Amino acid sequence: MTNLVIVLFDGFAFGMLLFVLSVGLSVTLGMMNFINLAHGAFGMLGGYVTVLVMRQLGLPFILALPVAFLAAALASIVIERTLFRRLYRAGELNQVLFTIGMVFVATAAATYFFGTVQQPIRLPAWLRGTVEIGGIRFGTYRIFLIAIALAITALLVFGIERTRLGAQIRAAVDNQRVAQGLGLNVEQIFGITFALGSGLAGLGGALAIEIVGLDPSFAFHYLVYVLIVVSVGGLGSITGSFVGAALLGIGDVAGKYFVPEIGSFLIYLILVAILLWRPIGLFGRR
Amino acid sequence: MTPLTTTAHAWLARQSRWSYFEIAFWLATLVPFFLFPTYLTLASQIAIAALFAISVDLILGYAGIVTLGHALFFGLGAYSVGLLSARLGWGEPISGLLFAGAVAGLVGFVASYLIVRVQHLALIMVTLGLGFLAYELANAMTWLTGGTDGLRGVDTWEIFGAFRFDLWGYTAYTYSLVVLFLGFLLSRTIVNSSFGLALRGIRENVKRMPAIGSDHSWHLRKIYTISAALAGVAGGLLTQTTNTVGLDVLSFQRSADVVVMLILGGTGRLYGAILGAIIFMIARDQLAGINPQYWYFWIGLLLMVVVLFMPKGILGFLARLAGRRG
Repeated sequence: MTNLVIVLFDGFAFGMLLFVLSVGLSVTLGMMNFINLAHGAFGMLGGYVTVLVMRQLGLPFILALPVAFLAAALASIVIERTLFRRLYRAGELNQVLFTIGMVFVATAAATYFFGTVQQPIRLPAWLRGTVEIGGIRFGTYRIFLIAIALAITALLVFGIERTRLGAQIRAAVDNQRVAQGLGLNVEQIFGITFALGSGLAGLGGALAIEIVGLDPSFAFHYLVYVLIVVSVGGLGSITGSFVGAALLGIGDVAGKYFVPEIGSFLIYLILVAILLWRPIGLFGRR
Repeated sequence: MTPLTTTAHAWLARQSRWSYFEIAFWLATLVPFFLFPTYLTLASQIAIAALFAISVDLILGYAGIVTLGHALFFGLGAYSVGLLSARLGWGEPISGLLFAGAVAGLVGFVASYLIVRVQHLALIMVTLGLGFLAYELANAMTWLTGGTDGLRGVDTWEIFGAFRFDLWGYTAYTYSLVVLFLGFLLSRTIVNSSFGLALRGIRENVKRMPAIGSDHSWHLRKIYTISAALAGVAGGLLTQTTNTVGLDVLSFQRSADVVVMLILGGTGRLYGAILGAIIFMIARDQLAGINPQYWYFWIGLLLMVVVLFMPKGILGFLARLAGRRG
C-alpha cells in the first residue's frame, strides 16, 4: 500500500515535470503546425544555464529557475526569428529534419562545453530530505515540483481563458486563417507563444536536473517523452498536456517499478494504441 | 519538355529507359575492388545502407509517409537471419535473405493497416512508437535475442556452397552489391510503373486521389509492405556480412540515420538514396575516426544547411544546377 502511494506520488511528480517540459510545444504545434523537435534542446539549455549560474555566479537555486526560463525564451526568440520562420510552409519532413539537425548540434555543443558527465547541482537545504505525512515519507523536492507545476497550470489556464493574449492564442490555434482575417497579428502572437513555451521548457530542464540528471543526451531522451505527451494529449490543449503528462509519468514510474522487464515496452504499446484509437490525441479537437 | 500528346504508357516507358549516367554509376560501384581493396568492408556496409535507404525512399520519397521507425523492419530482418542461424542452425545465405524479407514484409503488411489510419504528427509518433516498441521487446526478450550483449553463434555458410565470406570483404561486397542492384531494379520498376505514379499522386495530394478513383489506402499498404520487406533484406545482409546481431539494428539512431542519408541525397530519387548512403557512411568513417563525439555536430549542421538551401537534397541541387546551365 505504502509502495503504491509512493509510486503514484513519484509518478505524478515526474508527470508534472513532463508537463512543464512539453506544454509549450503542444500550444505552438497546435497553432503553427510546426513540428519542433528541438523543443527538448531548449529544456537542456535551461538545465545547463542553471548549472552555470549556480556554479559560476553562486546564484541560489530558486533564483536560477527564472534565469533558465529567460535564457531559453531569449534563445528561442532569436532562433524563431532567424531560422524557424523560413520553415513554416516547408512541409513536415523538412521541419522534422531541420529541428533534429538542431538537436544533433545542441547535443554536440553541450558535449564540447560540459563533457558527457552528469551535472549535479546542490539544492538548498529546505528542498532536500523528505516530509512525513500519514506515516509515508514524501520527497520534499517532488512536493516542490508538483506545487510549481500546479501553479504554472493555474497561470496558464487563467492566462489562456481570461486574458486578451490568451483569447488571441485560442483564436490562432482554432483557425489561423480566420484569426488573421480578423486582424490578429498571428505571427507576433506565435512569436510570443513560442518564447513562452520554450521558456517553460527551459524551466522544466532546470527542474529536471534533480530528478533525472543532466547530460548531453537530455535533448534527445526527453524529446521522446515530450512528443508522447503532446501527441497523446492532443495538440493545442493544456488540459490534454496535463492529463497526458500525468498518465505518462505515473505509467512510466509504475511500469518500471512493478514490471521492470516490460515497463518501457508497455509505454510504447499504450502510445500506439491511443493514437490508433484517437489519432488527434485524447483532448485534441482536429 | 515532354510533348503533351504523349500517352501515359509511352511516358512511363521513356522514364524507365537506362541513361548513360546510370550505367556509368553502376560500373563505378566496381571501382572499390581495384582501387580501395582495403575498404571493401566499408563498401559492403555502404551497399547495405543504400538498400535500406532505398526502402525508406519508396515510402517517404515516393508515397510521402514520414517514418522515424523503419529500423523496426531492418532489425526484424537482421534478427530473422541471426536467429535462423544461431538457434536453428540454418546458415544458407540466399534462403536466409528471402526469409528475412518475408518476415519483415509480413510484419510490414500488418503494420501498414495502422500506418494508413494516421497522418502528420500522429503518423510520426506511430512509426516512432512501433520502432521503440520493437527495440524494447528485443531488449526484454534476452533469452531469444541475447539482449544488449548481442546474438552469438551466427554462422553464414558459403554462397552457392562455393564462395566463402572472406576476411577482406571480397565476397561480402560482391554479395551486398548484387542484392543492392536487384533491390534497386525492383524499386526502379515500381516507381516507373503506373503504381509508382499513383504513389506520387498520393504524396502530392492525398484527398484528390480517391476522387479520381484511386484506392489510395491499398496503394499505401502495398508500398509499405514492399518497403518493409526490402528493409528486412538489408538487415539480413548486415547479419550475414558481419555474423553478429546487436540491439543497435533496431535503434532509433538507425531509423534517424537512414532518413538523414535520404535527405542528404535527395528524396524521391532512388539514386539520391544511394548517394546519401555513400556520403553519410564515408563521412562517418572519416569524421568519427577523428572525433567520434562531435561527428553528429557536422551531420546536424549539414542537415540544417540541406533543408534550408537544398530542399531537394544534394542530387536535386545538382540537377537544378545542370538544368540551369543546359
